[in-house]
Amino acid sequence: MKAEEIRSLIVEVIQEILPDEDLSNLKADVRIRDQIEMDSMDFLDMIMELRKRYGVIVPEDDYMELSTLDGSAAYLEPLMKDI
Amino acid sequence: MNAEGRIVITGIGLTAPNGNNLAEFRQNLLAGESGVGRIEAHYMGEVIAGVCDFDPLKYQKKKELRRGTRAGSVAIYCANEAIADSKLDLATFDKSRIGIYLGITEHGNVETEHEVYNIKQYDYNVDFWSHHHNPRTVANSPAGEVTLNMGITGPHYTLGAACAAGNIGIIQGLQMLLLGEVDLALAGGISETPHTFGVFAAFKNEGALASHPDPQKASRPFDRDRNGIVVSEGGCICVVERLSDALRRGAKIYCEIVGYAINSDATDFILPNPERQVECMNLALKKAGLSASDIDIINTHATATIEGDKAECQAIREVFGDNSNAYINNTKSYIGHAMGAAGALELAGNLPSFEDHIVHQTINLDNLDPECAFKNLVINEPKKVDKADYILNNSFGMLGINSVLIVKRFEG
Repeated sequence: MKAEEIRSLIVEVIQEILPDEDLSNLKADVRIRDQIEMDSMDFLDMIMELRKRYGVIVPEDDYMELSTLDGSAAYLEPLMKDI
Repeated sequence: MNAEGRIVITGIGLTAPNGNNLAEFRQNLLAGESGVGRIEAHYMGEVIAGVCDFDPLKYQKKKELRRGTRAGSVAIYCANEAIADSKLDLATFDKSRIGIYLGITEHGNVETEHEVYNIKQYDYNVDFWSHHHNPRTVANSPAGEVTLNMGITGPHYTLGAACAAGNIGIIQGLQMLLLGEVDLALAGGISETPHTFGVFAAFKNEGALASHPDPQKASRPFDRDRNGIVVSEGGCICVVERLSDALRRGAKIYCEIVGYAINSDATDFILPNPERQVECMNLALKKAGLSASDIDIINTHATATIEGDKAECQAIREVFGDNSNAYINNTKSYIGHAMGAAGALELAGNLPSFEDHIVHQTINLDNLDPECAFKNLVINEPKKVDKADYILNNSFGMLGINSVLIVKRFEG
């Protein structure tokens, strides 16, 4: 999976977790939680969804890497290159 | 007693398998309309159950629905409906003085079963167990979800009291008002039980799960052909307040709660004890300062088990005599057993009798068990009555917990 696809995937997952949020103007380089109402349990939902869908395990120490869409894409691309 | 020490019900929010507000529920009770159908349960396939079709998005955002529980959704719907019905302006009310007291039969089974079902596909790897499990399954969860939704900051908790819980939620609200702990109680009971297969499987293996080719005829209290319980969900939350406050704000008063009692059988895990049921009814009558002959309507707990129905009938005979003039009915024949909601829902379904002087019937009673026969058992047709001033509502539960509420028609 390429970076752009991963960004789209993350938006899709967040939309599922936060169905009331409008994500159309989400900026890729700004902290996601500064742009929408997303709390720590919602974030854990995102981590769980990656685990369930693709078997991607994100260690707790690396959670910060997923704070923006760009950061998520950069961190996940090597882990999801064969998906 | 002065108006400070008198407690009244001034709002009702409910959802039942056959109605999502009191008017609809009552209309269907008088029309003999059951709300029971069939659903799919994990591992069991199709089961007979009573499920509600209220719109949860009326009061919840999609995110809240996803985050919370079915029990929470039922409670949030009923609490908001109750406040709306009471015409209380929540925006100007001190929300730290509102208490939420919800009776439950059980809570957390649905979520736990769901998680176990879910991790099966991951070979029981608990890394896939939801981080939401704990907040969803703590016992106060359904009441807590109401506080989050409505911004209520007074006390909230549930009362685990098996199938006696609906009455007990209301009793707790009354007691907290009398103690001066709160100025308004949202009190009643809720159930999400049909979403747990375990309760169906246990009743089935106990020989106490109803079966019938027509699900709407499966719940048959007092009928010779009864064969067990129909498991249902539902909720009923009442706005309970001091008469003085209700009068001050010109509230519509559904009834005054004049008597109540809770006791324990201390004899068996499952089997009821009519002797203790007698004591519970007598205690409630004594608290109300009434004699049995004052009661106009007895709403029975009967769940359509052979032993349970007989025990309650024996107890009613002991308290009211063989020739009691009180009219006797049963609401579970329409909606099945709404577990923690049953007591409160069944009381609510009978409150309109104070105005319309009609007692709703017991349906599915085609072949009366002689051991359950009463002169004034209201069978299959509603009954117009001359007097409807007092209703006695029974709710009993496993581990031998009994609850009785007596309410009175309010005359301003």
